[in-house]
Amino acid sequence: MINPTEYLPRSYHRRMSTYWWLARWSYLTFILREASSVFVGWTVLLTLVQIWAVTHGPSANAAFHEWMRHPLMLGVNVIAFLFVLFHAVTWFSLTPKAMVIRVKGQRVPDWAISGPNYAAWVLVSLGVAWIVLRG
Amino acid sequence: MANRITIEVARYNPARDPEPRVTSYEVPLHKEWVVLDALNCIKDHLDGSLTFRWSCRMGVCGSCGMMINGVPKLACATFLSDYAPGPVRVEPMHHFPILRDLVVDTSDFLMKLARSKPWIIRTVEKPMDREYYQTPAQLEEYRQFSMCINCLLCYAACPIYGLDPQFTGPAAIALAQRYNKDSRDEGASERLDSLSNREGIWGCMFVGECTRVCPKHVDPAGAIQQYKLTAATEWLKAMVLPRGAK
Repeated sequence: MINPTEYLPRSYHRRMSTYWWLARWSYLTFILREASSVFVGWTVLLTLVQIWAVTHGPSANAAFHEWMRHPLMLGVNVIAFLFVLFHAVTWFSLTPKAMVIRVKGQRVPDWAISGPNYAAWVLVSLGVAWIVLRG
Repeated sequence: MANRITIEVARYNPARDPEPRVTSYEVPLHKEWVVLDALNCIKDHLDGSLTFRWSCRMGVCGSCGMMINGVPKLACATFLSDYAPGPVRVEPMHHFPILRDLVVDTSDFLMKLARSKPWIIRTVEKPMDREYYQTPAQLEEYRQFSMCINCLLCYAACPIYGLDPQFTGPAAIALAQRYNKDSRDEGASERLDSLSNREGIWGCMFVGECTRVCPKHVDPAGAIQQYKLTAATEWLKAMVLPRGAK
């Protein structure tokens, strides 16, 4: 293909600022959403360690709980929880964007697509809470 | 309301300036004036060398896209009174090379647009005397994406395009989706081959700002996410189903 810029006069190319993500609220929320993946990874890792502790007897489990009670761990996990929550909400709000469902020619409203996702999330969370807290 | 307002315009003369500079002009502040009126007032009465693109004055041609107080907007659809008492900063659209003052080089977009194949592709054309019928429901499938006026505000708003110029970008992908969704078109798999990659749909990280700045409510971010879902479904089909069963 012919390069259309070949015969153009000199042009000025701007560089993006390192702090571009502070320029607009939507950019900042985007960066925070991307950063939330680190905390999602952390939560998965913690769950795997917890499963390992449970399967390695009462002393390993008690040591895990002791570790989790440490103020530093509590602080990190509160932040991780907020980020995981943010991650989940942004994910569910994406679903109506990606899925276009039409009923009788009319596009189904956003809440009708994200709503069942939230409902499933609450149900699964209740199920997990029941398993963890019943004993 | 004060009867004058200051417009700070980014100026760049490629023959003289090493980089853009800002020049302030004072123009009358009329209730019915848009930023484009202010720029035309500057050009007609204060500085005839000011260079900018414009044509229709009514949000149809997509020529007068620029950054107004840091936000990509059409100069013809942005009222000065909304920025009173001012000043109003007018700059060329972000992420494009500046040719002169407020004029940017959009060649990169035009090359990418061609790669999206934004036209109806048919394996076999109907004879010239036969029409392609389309129901209102079929039209509705792609109508929103067909509203794009190529103003490129979505590119100026997209930080991914700014950081990675290889990214195909919002409008080109939305226009590909406009034809994919057209009942007369048979080129979806052809387009998927050229857009289902890192430079195409998978380069989008869903910042969503393209949709927010779009003056025609095209929702390019939605188009790309829908395209991703289609691409993932096609990939899954190719993995699971026996060859030729699609």
